[in-house]
Amino acid sequence: MTAGEPLIRWDWIASHATDIGQRVGEHLELTVIAVAVGFLIAFVLSLLALRVPRLYGPITWTTGILYTIPSLALFALLIPYTGLSLLSAEIGLVSYTLLILIRNIVAGVRGVPVEVRDAARGMGYTERQILWRVELPLALAVIFAGIRVATITTIGLVTVTALIGQGGMGYFILLGIQLFFSTALIVGALGSVVLAVLADGALVLAQRALTPWTQAR
Amino acid sequence: MSALGALARWLADPANWQGSHGIPIRVLEHIELSGLSVLAALIIAMPIALYLGHTGRAGFIAINVANIGRALPSLALLAFGLVIAISLGLGLGFWPTVFALVPLAIPPILTNSYVAIREVDRDIVDAARGMGLSEAQILRSIEVPLGLPLMLTGVRTAAVNVVATATLGALVAGGALGRFIVDGLALQEYDQLMAGALLVALLAVVTEVSFGALERATVPPGMAAIR
Repeated sequence: MTAGEPLIRWDWIASHATDIGQRVGEHLELTVIAVAVGFLIAFVLSLLALRVPRLYGPITWTTGILYTIPSLALFALLIPYTGLSLLSAEIGLVSYTLLILIRNIVAGVRGVPVEVRDAARGMGYTERQILWRVELPLALAVIFAGIRVATITTIGLVTVTALIGQGGMGYFILLGIQLFFSTALIVGALGSVVLAVLADGALVLAQRALTPWTQAR
Repeated sequence: MSALGALARWLADPANWQGSHGIPIRVLEHIELSGLSVLAALIIAMPIALYLGHTGRAGFIAINVANIGRALPSLALLAFGLVIAISLGLGLGFWPTVFALVPLAIPPILTNSYVAIREVDRDIVDAARGMGLSEAQILRSIEVPLGLPLMLTGVRTAAVNVVATATLGALVAGGALGRFIVDGLALQEYDQLMAGALLVALLAVVTEVSFGALERATVPPGMAAIR
């Protein structure tokens, strides 16, 4: 952005290849931990909401508020307690995945046709077997849709954690803003978008492998 | 307790409520920045959404724009906004943030408005056409009123995202509530940091709740009865 400076300096990218590789790894690590922990929590809360339908309202309301709080604000509120740490970043990132995942898990299970459930019951399945062998497998497609949205959202949000000393590709964006250096800006921004596209593609493949019956149609 | 105590003391200090760096001015800056960005996005996205929705064209693109929008990280948008504003000679602060917020607000508005128009019962539209309404009349007096609640859902999503992301404007020397957070981080003044975070969070929640109320209020009486 300085006069005479090219938009992208390829030599800078070449000389920072190791650094970029490390930040890509950090970005993926932050994302995987957030989605995995978020899924575990969301799964437990969803089962609870399915067992006790009265709880679904309060659970989505609470996670909805968490989802509404701006990411930078949430990270900032955590700093006095958990510092500029991986933990602060993950608490924020995890809390943003919850609403998306819970909505999809619950909607997926509730979307299973009553006849299918009745047939399973007629075949002598217990409630627990119906959940694990009938409802959850049939809900996988909808659950995966939620995981995809949660993952893409998280990959974008990880860049914001650069402000609390984490950040993956966000580190380069912040560097670019601070130094007025467009190469770093573009590396960070494009890198994050490319990661999101690749992760989404990988999840689509994983879903196909896990739900082979959906391709029969 | 210490962090919360410091937060309460900071909020109670009259000095923080006065002048061009005070809370009221920062809140107004935040609302101005967000309002202008959402308005610009509405002006760009709404005519396209209404046209595509009414004609049923380019549905795949209109629907997938929202998914693409989600993949764009807000910090990356800010980076691009900065590059654009600098190359246009518009300087730091306000404009780079607007250039980041408008593209953030367009996808949800476009996709929801398109779907809102498409979802209107085709039988109703055919009946209107049979009664001799022009295409413009159908859009104005049938499709838009019936689709309004869903269209507002898109505006709400956009507005909440914009209010949240406007915070990042402080990174490129902008004002608004992000100032407290970014300065608080840089100076390690946790009272200021938390106060800023709390105010932004409140503003986002207020935005969400007000649009939610507006959506419910705009459901046409006839449709409310059916539901």
